[in-house]
Amino acid sequence: MIYNYFFNLTGSEIASAFICCILPLVYVLTYVLYAVYGERKVSAFMQDRIGPNRCGYRGLLQTVADLLKMLQKEDIVPRNADKPFWVMAPIIVFTGCFTAFACIPFSSAFVGSAFSLGILIVMAASSISAVGLLMAGWSSNNKYSLIGSLRSVAQIVSYEIPTFLVVLVMIIILGTLDLTVISEKQTAYFWNWMILGGPGLSWQKFVYIPFMVSSFIIIYISTLAEVNRTPFDIPEAEAELVAGYHTEYTGMKFGMFFLSEYGNMFAVSAIVSILFFGGYQSPFGYLGNSLNLPWLVPIEQLVWFSIKCIFFVFVQMWLRWTLPRLRVDQLMATCWKYLIPIAFVNLIIIGLITVL
Amino acid sequence: MAVKTEEMVLNMGPHHPSTHGVLRLELNIEGELIMKVTPHIGYLHRCFEKHAEAMTYPQVVPYTDRMDYLAAMGNEFGYAVAVEKLLGIEVPERVNYIRVIMAELQRIASHLVAIGTYAVDIGAFTPLLFCFRDREMILSLFEMTCGARMLYNYIWVGGVSHDLHPDFIRKTQEFIPYFRPKIKELNDLLTGNQIFIERTANVGILPAETAINYGISGPSLRGSGLKWDIRKNDPYANYNKFDFDIPVGKGLMGTLGDSWDRYYVRVLEMEESCKIIEQALASIPEGDVTSAIPKRVKPPVGQLYSRIENPRGELGYFIISNGTTSPFRVKVKGPSFVNLEVLNELCKGHLIADVIAILGSIDIVLGEVDR
Amino acid sequence: MVQYFKNIYNALATIAIGMKITLKHFFLPAVTIQYPEVKPALPERERNRLYVNIDDCIGCDQCSRACPVSCISIETVKGTADEDLGKTSNGKKKALWVTKFDIDFAKCCYCQLCVFPCPTECIYMTDVYEYSEYQRADLLYHFSNMTQDEVKTKKLNFEKAEAEKAALKAAAPKPEPVAKPAVISPSAPISKEKPAADNLTSEKKDNNGEVK
Repeated sequence: MIYNYFFNLTGSEIASAFICCILPLVYVLTYVLYAVYGERKVSAFMQDRIGPNRCGYRGLLQTVADLLKMLQKEDIVPRNADKPFWVMAPIIVFTGCFTAFACIPFSSAFVGSAFSLGILIVMAASSISAVGLLMAGWSSNNKYSLIGSLRSVAQIVSYEIPTFLVVLVMIIILGTLDLTVISEKQTAYFWNWMILGGPGLSWQKFVYIPFMVSSFIIIYISTLAEVNRTPFDIPEAEAELVAGYHTEYTGMKFGMFFLSEYGNMFAVSAIVSILFFGGYQSPFGYLGNSLNLPWLVPIEQLVWFSIKCIFFVFVQMWLRWTLPRLRVDQLMATCWKYLIPIAFVNLIIIGLITVL
Repeated sequence: MAVKTEEMVLNMGPHHPSTHGVLRLELNIEGELIMKVTPHIGYLHRCFEKHAEAMTYPQVVPYTDRMDYLAAMGNEFGYAVAVEKLLGIEVPERVNYIRVIMAELQRIASHLVAIGTYAVDIGAFTPLLFCFRDREMILSLFEMTCGARMLYNYIWVGGVSHDLHPDFIRKTQEFIPYFRPKIKELNDLLTGNQIFIERTANVGILPAETAINYGISGPSLRGSGLKWDIRKNDPYANYNKFDFDIPVGKGLMGTLGDSWDRYYVRVLEMEESCKIIEQALASIPEGDVTSAIPKRVKPPVGQLYSRIENPRGELGYFIISNGTTSPFRVKVKGPSFVNLEVLNELCKGHLIADVIAILGSIDIVLGEVDR
Repeated sequence: MVQYFKNIYNALATIAIGMKITLKHFFLPAVTIQYPEVKPALPERERNRLYVNIDDCIGCDQCSRACPVSCISIETVKGTADEDLGKTSNGKKKALWVTKFDIDFAKCCYCQLCVFPCPTECIYMTDVYEYSEYQRADLLYHFSNMTQDEVKTKKLNFEKAEAEKAALKAAAPKPEPVAKPAVISPSAPISKEKPAADNLTSEKKDNNGEVK
């Protein structure tokens, strides 16, 4: 719909396609800017401090200042680093993170690419960042960065399994891979959301609820591990002995790793909210509908989508500042011994219920 | 066919966010398992013992502050007790009460730092700030009394430098009920957290026999189940007048003597210190605190070893006097120095990530290790 | 098997309790003091930079001897008999010109040991803590208010007076032993012998410049 709007405005296909591509990028980059600020403020309030409040009104320009600082830093490349991989690694990580936004519907009027295999694309795109991490660790020519990146990749790859098992559960119930259709199915009111069993009113809806809740918890925890947040942030922890994969990076390259971490947080929050909490749907119906202004509805949907995603990002930050870190072997044990068996059991039971 | 593995030497250099100060740890590892840990110390050596030979007895007190800078009152207390024994003087009762209150407040402050930094090593950042916020209240109590927040020069040979400020007793009595719920909050946030328990329980198990053989003292010893506290077993000042318990580790969350036990002993000790302070404040007598301070400290020829219970363990002073106003030799037995030696024993067979958990639970301060 | 589910339950429950605490703190006000705009009120016994009221200083050197890091250096010149140095604020008559009174704040350890021995309480700790300098030499504070010329004049006066005294002593050594027996002293036999010996030995000291 947005594409049509711009097409009517400019009359050129290329220009309107270009603008349509830029819009989510602008949205996500602005979000990342304020997510960094938000993290610092959230952590400060939880620790009875104030956080940044000098740069701009109440510190709102803090990230801009940090970005400017990072841009003017010297780009140090280790002497024996593998140059092509060194340069490509942050680009691949960044691309992998942002490609995922292509298929995420921000509102009913705007989705980057209305692809019927939407959710597969999102999962695949976020997996590309694992390759980028391997490249970063290898090309640093530093055995500790290599070990750190191997651990990080092992963590990401292991935790993709429970994520995908839960996604499979949702696909079985909903019967489609298209994210726009999934959002549309959870329409009208919050009791139609998947976390409360899904649309319609059947005995299956109520039986699903406990399994939906456990699936939600599983996918939330495993996506937390995929974005390397505490309690799973071994790759980034400076207090641990082995340096992380991005130790040798300076300046803007490091900035790209950093930005893509926050972008990833948003992407996985978006997935969780689309799958379980209705995506861009409002829980109470639309003002646009009741005031008879149809053009208001997509804007409201965008607002609701943002609220839900920001809420999940806030919960991720909340968890980071509450919990200590897991050791590497405990991290792996949580995945393979706890999350995967429970996800499998979930899958089997849901499958049985759906068939019956 | 077995894979041939080689021992690798890894260096956790003097600059490291987790070694509490400048400590260099050389780890011999095979894969991820630790074979041997060699601590290299001396990066913070400031020749305290040599300085003491050139200063007069009262001038040594600011130097003793700076050894274990997180528990300065304890250091001064130990020195004052030692020199008073050499001189053979008795201090007024009020001085004893004041010294005990200060030492116990200092114990709480020191344990708060130990717990906070241990939490950061494990990865939880929030408890550090909660602990430091409470420590600020204690430091402002100290500031009210003697004017300094960390290095006090307050407990002198023969007494204390200033009498208590008129508001001190009231403010301390307000502090204790403010602080007790904070201990409970800390327990909810950190001590009972399953992830914290998994990181620290069954890690760095110190059997009681080994602890005695190495000469460990303080909460590290009590974490292994031994009930030994110099305040009860060899009392000094007037500790025998107060009613308090000695917490020991019981292996509640894992094996007896693991890191969680040592950590939990510290948490419980803070509660016991609160009890002692309340009792002391309730019964503190009036008196002149500077009446017993000698004009010139010139002990007779002799030598003695005297010890007190510092928050980190048994702090001992061995002073040799040759009859002049300057000590001939002041030898300090620093608890962190002795406790550090057991690191090798505790880390065998653990992973690299556990070294930091174990080091944090032994709770060393490099100022005391190196003096 | 039971342990497995217990682990899961414990983990989730303790995480939830921890999260509740951090959420509670999220809404509590911050305890930070915004420093340059808001300065904390310091207690009255605060120990920061030293201040010396040089008009009250009698040059006794007690503070310098008490300092454990030797950051105070004092030089004095004895006033001659005809000079009037004035009185300190608590009535003591001053006898020494304080020509140099330097405190090196780069060395001072703020221990307050210099404050207690001062007989006139002219050295004390203020609550000034914002006095950083760009050069370390700027941290050497000079409290003496005598100019170089004044210092020179006082020294010359003192040396002149000393020279006059020495000349007087050298000019009339004999009358002194006669005068001495008139002095009533408790240990009379000793005093008769000692004065002559003292004169001789003091002259010897002056010539050799060595202390026995």
